[in-house]
Order: sequence, then C-alpha cells, then structure tokens
Amino acid sequence: MTERASPLLDRDYNWQPEALTPAYKSSRLRAPRQPLLSLPETIKDVAGPVFGHNILGARDADLVTNAAAPGHSAMGPRILVHGCVLDENGKGVPGALLEVWQANAGGRYRHKNDDYLAPLDPHFAGCGRTITDAQGRYQFLTIQPGAYPWPNHANAWRPMHIHFSVFGHAFAQRLITQMYFEGDPLIALCPIVQTVKDPQAIDQLTAKLDMDRAVSMDHLAYRFDLVLRGRRSTVFENRPEGN
Amino acid sequence: MGSSTRYKESPSQTAGPYVHIGCTPNFVDVQGVYSADLGVGPNADFDGNLRGADMSGERITITGKIYDGAGGLVTDAMVETWQTDAQGQYPAADAAFSGWARQACDLTTGVFTFQTIKPGCIATSTDRQSPHVSIWIVARGINLGLHTRIYFADEDNSADPVLALIEPSRRQTLIASQQGGAYVFNVRLQGENETVFFDL
Repeated sequence: MTERASPLLDRDYNWQPEALTPAYKSSRLRAPRQPLLSLPETIKDVAGPVFGHNILGARDADLVTNAAAPGHSAMGPRILVHGCVLDENGKGVPGALLEVWQANAGGRYRHKNDDYLAPLDPHFAGCGRTITDAQGRYQFLTIQPGAYPWPNHANAWRPMHIHFSVFGHAFAQRLITQMYFEGDPLIALCPIVQTVKDPQAIDQLTAKLDMDRAVSMDHLAYRFDLVLRGRRSTVFENRPEGN
Repeated sequence: MGSSTRYKESPSQTAGPYVHIGCTPNFVDVQGVYSADLGVGPNADFDGNLRGADMSGERITITGKIYDGAGGLVTDAMVETWQTDAQGQYPAADAAFSGWARQACDLTTGVFTFQTIKPGCIATSTDRQSPHVSIWIVARGINLGLHTRIYFADEDNSADPVLALIEPSRRQTLIASQQGGAYVFNVRLQGENETVFFDL
C-alpha cells in the first residue's frame, strides 16, 4: 500500500481576486476570458520541489545589511516583519521558501525599468529570502518601504507594501502576494489591493503592528501570517475513498 | 472538506513588474546579494550547480513567448516549470534531477528558454498521462498565477486524460511544436487561441 500525498483543498475563488479587474488597467489585456479548467482529483499533481537551507546565505533575511557596504546599512525606518506560514487547517508549514522584494524608503525599486525620481539607496537592494522553521515561523529585518506613484490613473499611488513569493510543498500551492501596513490610508485607494473584494480578505494581507516584538531603540515590528492551501486527510492509492 | 477549514488561503496579488528583484535578482543586475538565481535549470541544483552525472533522459530545449489580448509581447513575466524525470516519477529531494526551474522572460524580446530533459509518461492504475511539463506564469496584470501544461507534438497524446477534457479546437494551445531543434510553446493570455489554464 503506497501512501500518496492527499489532494489539496479546492481554491475559494470568491476569496481570491478575479482575473479581469478593469480598475487595475494591466489586467484588461492579460486576464484570460475563458474559465479555468478543473482537473479531476485523480489527475491533480500534489507534489513539488523541496528547498534546503543550503541555498541560503547568512544575511539573506536581513535586507538592512545584505546589500550594504561594510559598516553601512539601508536608509529608512528599521522594522522586523515576522509571522507564520500556515495551511488552511491551521497547521504550520515547515520548510516553506519565502522570497520578498520591496521598494526602498523613498518608494524606488532597484530595477532597470523603475525610473521614479526618488533616489536609489546604495546600501539597499530590496530582496530577501528565508525558509520557515519546524513550526512554520519566519522573520525578516528590513526597512519600511515608501509609497510611490504609478501610471494606472491620474495621481495613483501604491500603498507601502512588501511582495511575498511563497513555496509550500506542492506546485499547486504556489502563491505570490503583497503585504500592506496597518493604518495606511492608501490601501483603500489602490486598485491592486481592491482586486480582492472581501474586506476581511484585504485585512488578511495587512500586517499588524506588534509591539511585543519591537525592540527598544532598535526596530519596530509587524506581524504577517500567510496561509497556503491545505490538504485533505491522507488517502491511500488502493482505497481512494478511504479517508 | 472545505467547510471545516479554519483559515482561508491568503489572497493572491499580482507579482508586478519588479518580480525579478525578489526571484531572479542577478538577471536584473541586482548582484552580490545571492550567489546565483534559483532554478536556473531543472538539471541543476537550485543554486545552479549540477547535482550529479547520473541524470538520464533526452536533453531538450523548450522556448516560447507570452502574448496579451492585443497580440503584444509580455516582457515582464516570470515562469516556473515542474515535471517528472524521464521515468515519469516526480523527483525526490536529493535526486540528480530537481524537476523545477524558473526563468524570467527577456525584458526586450519576451523569450523564455528552458534546458531540461523530456519527462516520461505518468501511469496510474486508471490512466496514463502523456509526457508534459507543468508551467506557472506570473506578471504585472495577472492577479492570480496561471497554471497550464506543455505537451509535445511528437508524442502520442491521443489518450491523455487532461487533453481529453479540452474541446478539440483548443487542445493545440497546450502542445509544443518542434522548430529548429527546440520545442516552441507560445502562450496567449487572452482572445483568439487563448491558452487553456487550469484550476489545480
């Protein structure tokens, strides 16, 4: 009897953004118009690659210094961003690869296609990565990114945010999202945030100030948990109904 | 079942135009932070080193471009692939072949190119899936990453259970053609010949 990873729980498409969200202009020509094709459970691939800690460098999760010259650090408010990666059953996901990227404190990305007039910070690249521990926990030290303008509509501004790419244990769990900051008034004005319709779902993407993890005279802290699709209970190949 | 879950999957947000900084920084000249970009090839370790000399299978190249609904090239996308080995098995964590790769589309030409090995058939007690590579696409304007499959024109795809679910006129959107020694797989996000995408 071969144990096989169980199927993932169905995705809730009312909680996720729709493909076509016209207020976010870039979706207009890039959203598929045909419905997604659902695959039968017996065909769904439930596996994915495994990432080991050997890929990580010593300062990969420290954005304040990982691109800084010796003795220097990135400009901006120092913050710790921490939380858990959970599945939908509330269980911590160990070994999840998290990759983050963000603008600097002035709202400028270190990218050849970003020509915003705010200056680059020579001591900040804006990328970091880590792997969750046995309980699914993670943390990054970084600086608070700035809000910045973008060409979606007149006077359009992105709220302060950090991009998260998350790799759980199955390729079908793959997720990219953005973390916002509690209390930012630009959240309500942003058509990318508002591709998510349910206010509770937007709240799920909003990190909360966490004074318990702030360190006096050093850095503030924000708590941000991520949830990946969960699995059904274990299924055995020779009795697929046996769960 | 879904009704008993206590937590909701985090909502997706677009990867945006600067996904490279986080996922392929060396590709956009953000150098000196990571020694190499992850997933430069599934025949390599995640940091670019060959895992071992015992990797078996036919070496192939898959290349393509992504088009929007107006026929415009998408030059800011990132694509990831996941596949079995030549025997049709998803690789173990320490296998010579990782099965996973990541590429940014060229910022000018939009081209992505994977060097990999031809996957095998996936046989179960009930069906036999033709060789294929799973592919996941993110970009500015894509709110939730898009999953689809790359099949091969020189394989017998007539009994594949996934292609059988697709109306015949759209099946060819998932089949890579052979051109000049490579398999060519172009993606159309919207409109005429729109690629079939999956709810996995």
